[in-house]
Amino acid sequence: MTTPLISLQNVTRTFEVGRQSIRAVDDVSLDIAPGEVVCLVGESGCGKTTTGKMVAGLLAVSQGRILYRGQDIKSLKGDAYRRFRLGVQLIHQDPYASLNSTRTVGQILRAPLERHGFARGPAARARAIELLELVNLTPAADLIEKYPHQLSGGQRQRVSIARALTVNPSFIIADEAVASVDMSIRIALLNTLSALKDKMGLGVLFITHDLALAKYFAWEGRIGVMYLGRMVELAPARALVEHPRHPYTRALLSAIPEPELEGVQRRERIRLRSDEIPSLLRMPGGCAFHPRCPAFEGERCSAQSPALVEVGGGVSVACHPVIEQLRQQAQAEARS
Amino acid sequence: METLRLFARNKLGLVGLVLVGLLVLSAVIGPGLRPVGDTADLAHASEGPTAEHPLGTNFQGLDNLALLFSGGKDIMLIALITGILETLIAVSIGATAAYFGGRADALLVAFIELWLTIPRFPLLAILATLLKLKEPWMLSIIIAVMGWPSLARQVRTVVLSLKKRDYIEAANMLDLGPGHIIFREMLPNMLSFIAIALVSTIVFAIYYQTSLVFLGLIPFSSANWGVMLSLAENKGAIYTASAAWGVITPIGAIVMLQIGLVWIMRALEEVFNPRLRQGV
Repeated sequence: MTTPLISLQNVTRTFEVGRQSIRAVDDVSLDIAPGEVVCLVGESGCGKTTTGKMVAGLLAVSQGRILYRGQDIKSLKGDAYRRFRLGVQLIHQDPYASLNSTRTVGQILRAPLERHGFARGPAARARAIELLELVNLTPAADLIEKYPHQLSGGQRQRVSIARALTVNPSFIIADEAVASVDMSIRIALLNTLSALKDKMGLGVLFITHDLALAKYFAWEGRIGVMYLGRMVELAPARALVEHPRHPYTRALLSAIPEPELEGVQRRERIRLRSDEIPSLLRMPGGCAFHPRCPAFEGERCSAQSPALVEVGGGVSVACHPVIEQLRQQAQAEARS
Repeated sequence: METLRLFARNKLGLVGLVLVGLLVLSAVIGPGLRPVGDTADLAHASEGPTAEHPLGTNFQGLDNLALLFSGGKDIMLIALITGILETLIAVSIGATAAYFGGRADALLVAFIELWLTIPRFPLLAILATLLKLKEPWMLSIIIAVMGWPSLARQVRTVVLSLKKRDYIEAANMLDLGPGHIIFREMLPNMLSFIAIALVSTIVFAIYYQTSLVFLGLIPFSSANWGVMLSLAENKGAIYTASAAWGVITPIGAIVMLQIGLVWIMRALEEVFNPRLRQGV
């Protein structure tokens, strides 16, 4: 087995809020192979952005460690650090905040090219144009002189992607990267990202609150579902969508709006026990989802936090009733 | 070139430039054209405007316009040097504290706060008296050294907020280095702030020195707007309509200078910030 490109090992991040401390990310483990696509899905406040920032090296982990090509990113120095720093790039959610309004598109793209010796002078300009064309921004030669405020949100986001590509990264974290652009542009932007990933062999951590987008983008990859800081289910996208295991995943899937077609049976929307997301400051004991969980089974769920268990087929799930049920099934099969 | 062209398109900025330019010009060539008389002319003391004295005369019968011409040089020079010096100190210390953070930040903030607790104007008055200031630039240094902490604290806040911006995070991820990040990414976004800070330090430098002159603590040449104001006030100029020109003249000059500067800075702000430029 090859070394994973990115490896999260029991990563926890706590934040101090007044005298309390909250766990924004709690004991998350995840391996991502080179060129692999992993989507992180969850409601706001589930820790997906914090996870992304830690992988990008923008935020320190509180416990556990993150490895880049087998090495703890905290211990990297000199050239090894530089390789990680340039190798992992994050694309921000808000394209209106992620580009410096005082610099032109050309200046934005040429700075990293020249700084790291990828290209200089006219060659840097040519490379900048090439990158703009790569992210489907045309006519690139005109856009290069423009300031960010002269571009639309979708165009800005493409510039932001092009900027991340200047340093030939091997891993991209897209933090809600398409959430702030218009619906009609969203798919086009996703397709661009997807094409780039294939062309450049990029590993991608795609962070979104929208399971439908995750499904679209990561169909060949994996989807991880997070809830209040914990990974509750991690599975190949197809398996997760077709056979969701965790009650939370099922609820999320059932909430995706579907076009109503005649003769097609509508999916039943799963009702939760409560619609309210608990505050991170008053986390429920045991399984964090138990106050809302339709499969709630009493004491075990409210007392003991379930571990993420591999149940076969690359699927991992953290849920007492589900694991129990699978175990019984397996025993029954073994007996017969 | 681009900057100049954009500046020229801003009307308010041009008016400000003309106001400040006129005052500077009058300070340079005015004293030669209209020297202040050597002797008092008590027959024409405290007069209102006449053809001979367009801005009236003071209590000694000296021409207010001539006093205005020769009274500006020191004030403007000191204000400019003070402003530049103080902004320079404040920006370097405030930006260093915020950018590097950690222990450097804690140390510098403690120093800034200590400095801020010193009652500055009384100390300034004492220093100005003790040091026997002979040269205008010496006063500049003292005012700047006394005045930088509050601006440094503002600069620190601005840099702290800039540090959290997504585009700075992106620059960090691209490993563009502190030099690039401070001067290419942050500074252009701070220029309008620095420009305004520069005006405000210049404005305060004018207040401080006219106050010191007004109190009689720094004996520069008698031709100084502060001295004009002080003498006129002492001789009761505010009580008679015709003598009021002795007060109105220096105040008018100071107001013209300040408002001219503010307009220039506002124009600069539009030049530096492309987003404000859209309407031009």
